[in-house]
Amino acid sequence: MRIASKRLTKELVELRNQGPPEGTAILLADDLKEWRFSISVLGESLYKGQTFGLRFRFPDNYPMESPEVIFMTTDGFKPPVHPHVYSSNGHICLSILGNEWSPVLNVSSILLSIQSMLASCKELKHPPDDERYGRHAPMSPKDSRFVYDDDSV
Amino acid sequence: MSDMSDENFYDDIEDTMDEDSAYGYDDEREESGFGGNTDSDEEEEAILDDYGDVDDAFGTNDIGKERLKNWQVEFKSHSVESIVQAQKKEIDHVASMFMIKDTDAAILLRHFGWNKERLIERYMDSPEKVNLEAGVHEDPSRPRLQKLANFTCEICYLSSEDSPGGKMETLALACGHRYCKDCYQHYMEQKIQEEGESRRVQCMKEKCNLVIDEKTVGMVVKPRIFERYKTLLNRTYVDDSSTMRWCPAPNCELAVECHVSVKKLDKVVPSVRCDCGHPFCFGCGNAAHAPAVCPIVKLWLKKCEDDSETANWISANTKECPKCNSTIEKNGGCNHMTCRKCKHEWCWICSGPWSEHGNSWYNCNRFDEKSGSDARDTQAKSRASLERYLHYFNRFANHEQSARLDRDLYGRTEKKMEEMQLTSELTWIEVQFLKKAVDTLTECRMTLKWTYCMAYYLAKDNMTELFEDNQRDLEKAVEDLSEQLEKPIERDSIPDLRQRVTDLTVYVQKRREIMLSDTATGFEEGRWRWNVTF
Repeated sequence: MRIASKRLTKELVELRNQGPPEGTAILLADDLKEWRFSISVLGESLYKGQTFGLRFRFPDNYPMESPEVIFMTTDGFKPPVHPHVYSSNGHICLSILGNEWSPVLNVSSILLSIQSMLASCKELKHPPDDERYGRHAPMSPKDSRFVYDDDSV
Repeated sequence: MSDMSDENFYDDIEDTMDEDSAYGYDDEREESGFGGNTDSDEEEEAILDDYGDVDDAFGTNDIGKERLKNWQVEFKSHSVESIVQAQKKEIDHVASMFMIKDTDAAILLRHFGWNKERLIERYMDSPEKVNLEAGVHEDPSRPRLQKLANFTCEICYLSSEDSPGGKMETLALACGHRYCKDCYQHYMEQKIQEEGESRRVQCMKEKCNLVIDEKTVGMVVKPRIFERYKTLLNRTYVDDSSTMRWCPAPNCELAVECHVSVKKLDKVVPSVRCDCGHPFCFGCGNAAHAPAVCPIVKLWLKKCEDDSETANWISANTKECPKCNSTIEKNGGCNHMTCRKCKHEWCWICSGPWSEHGNSWYNCNRFDEKSGSDARDTQAKSRASLERYLHYFNRFANHEQSARLDRDLYGRTEKKMEEMQLTSELTWIEVQFLKKAVDTLTECRMTLKWTYCMAYYLAKDNMTELFEDNQRDLEKAVEDLSEQLEKPIERDSIPDLRQRVTDLTVYVQKRREIMLSDTATGFEEGRWRWNVTF
């Protein structure tokens, strides 16, 4: 078995046994290619009462390479209004999903990072280039060269 | 005849021509900086002191001694081998100075981006700190590779029990973040093979910036990948150096060294020519663009990318409303235009108010009416900036195209010359004047092309007129020479044609030098004023 399968199997067992981080739930994890989660923010935040869908897709050399993670735009889900989330395709501009990915990170820590990204948001606002990016974005956010210019939200 | 790239042969030809035609071309390479004896006495103020200290590993004895024209810069091409050697020299120097292993010296130098002075300064201050930062760190009590029992790797989630003998092979850098060796191997191979990383392969721990050193990589990855890693590592020497740049020509593996600092790029155009023959700008990597400086070239290329097609279309298909200046496209046959915005009714043909047209619908024969010509004047004014841009852009683009056409023409002519050489007493050398002419022509057209970019951004003053005079003279000379190349070639007329072409070639070259030299002087004196800020 390759590292990816071994590791994802173990991650899945842990997620099933101990449950994913509070506020998130597994929607789909039938194979080791694509998992889906629902995610909401705990406590007081601009997103109180809202639930979003996240889609993870794992490359063959996961965890050496980061997974592709987007907010779902299907199955009745809509991406959150957030300065780092593109409204048309759910792409997320988050450094740990790009150049700051480390193999030590995992699905659980990504879920936590995204929760905290939402929790710390101060203003419901689309990214400045939302419309333009929506028109020209590649299929996978991993093919976008994001500039991670603001780590505060 | 076919192998024009044979430098030595080519030199011989030039020598022969010097003697027998007395035109005395400069060798082509002199223009690019490193010819033999530059024969011109004027404008030879060497600008060597402009380029700071030339302390580098290449032993610069052979560069920087030629006297250059004021628009030329020193540069030198380096092969991969000479780059490797230069690195070795630097490494040995540092290793012997600090009395450390050369592999460690290499890591330190790479960590400091080959800035030896800074490394020495910092190292003298606190060697331990520098070593730790750069990942040169050996702690015998905590070896890098270690077989451990009771260890679980945070990455693959495997633990010692899963390994044969109940012990897991693990690896940690100076930072102490320990993972299993298999994961490290996968990780490094992914970085090297897939991402082309070399000196920035870091510890796997998130936010740990410690770079994995050459030795550790060698212990972990397959030999084939280690070779690849070393190749990549050698390349970073050029990437990290501010005085080196890879030649951007396809398939060229040479790097060019040039000591013009980034700060000078608004005044100096560092045109270099790689030994492979590709002329380019050391400052921005674009094709050589003298006399325009990098910042305006960048503005211009951006503008052309964004605007030229749109501007052409607007110019060809629209007119401005004579009253409110909205841009209007005529999309039907009728000349009776009603502006959507201000409701002004006017005639597409004469631009005059429609009310004066009476019953002559669908045609207009009243061009000379005053109201019409006034309206056209207003239109012309609002169109001026667009037209101004197109004026420069069209000339810019035209020279590019003409240079290509000149080359095509030469290709056809060359064949003919070859035939004539076979059927007449003309020697190969005697038919070479066209090659020289076309090369010069191409070079001059490229220079001219960029004068239009520069002219577009020059604020209008007396100096611009001087600039435009030089530009005009060069353009005239270029077109005259170009015209000669189109003359039909007959056997009897060859000596005559050769005479004319050779004379014009020399003249064109002279004009180019004047153009370049004057703009360079202008930059030195701060004579040029721009209509943009950069």
